[in-house]
Amino acid sequence: MPAEIEFALRVGIPILLVVVGFFSGSIFEKRHYASIERREKELRPIPVTNVREFDTAREIVASRLVMGSVVISVDAFKSMVGGLQSFFGGRVSSYETLVDRARREAVLRMMDEATGAHVLVNLRIETSAVGDPGESASSIEAVAYATAVEYRK
Amino acid sequence: MIDGLPIEISNLETIPGKTIVAHYGVVNGSTVRAKNVGKDFLAGLRNIVGGELREYTELLNEARHDSVERMCKQAEQLGANAVVNVRFATSAVAAGAAELYVYGTAVRVE
Repeated sequence: MPAEIEFALRVGIPILLVVVGFFSGSIFEKRHYASIERREKELRPIPVTNVREFDTAREIVASRLVMGSVVISVDAFKSMVGGLQSFFGGRVSSYETLVDRARREAVLRMMDEATGAHVLVNLRIETSAVGDPGESASSIEAVAYATAVEYRK
Repeated sequence: MIDGLPIEISNLETIPGKTIVAHYGVVNGSTVRAKNVGKDFLAGLRNIVGGELREYTELLNEARHDSVERMCKQAEQLGANAVVNVRFATSAVAAGAAELYVYGTAVRVE
């Protein structure tokens, strides 16, 4: 009997975690995308570019470096699917939404800091894996930074 | 986030609206941070359910802020009043520890 219980626990717990991850992960992702899309609409009037030029003809009142960052983790279901996909090679779609969410969130947080700015120039986005080297990357950090320029009205 | 600094910083080659009158060379700042056990436990749970690891976002943000402060202090000591062309870099140095590095060119602007 104990052997059967042990077997049930060994197989059951990982399956349970993957199932929990599937439901909670997709709920969190749906909510996050809804919030990203809503805030992107709100912040659309402020232009953000990765070029270095700004309007030198206008008088500049202030400029500062603004930045935003976020660390996002995958769920157990996606990391299992990702593991399988990377075993067979090709497109690992389960991680694509993760990096997309992280980058867009970082840019939004950066824009939240830029209140009063008329334009954000020289945007840079960086992504790095958080966690132990060698371990499969389960969470990633995205950082976005840019120079916020405020013109005289 | 990067408020209250004694000098101006920008990731452009200049401080918009000002002119550079002197260069002082490259300045940098770095911090190495390790995650702690309590945060690791929460992160472990997050790795199952997915979503943002707020503890880590804050940890890395604070570390990056410290790096920027160190870089600015270095620039101040050289007599600069601004740092231009600022770049950030992150690297994993050991198990569970990350280095947050920032570098730029110290200048005097008017």
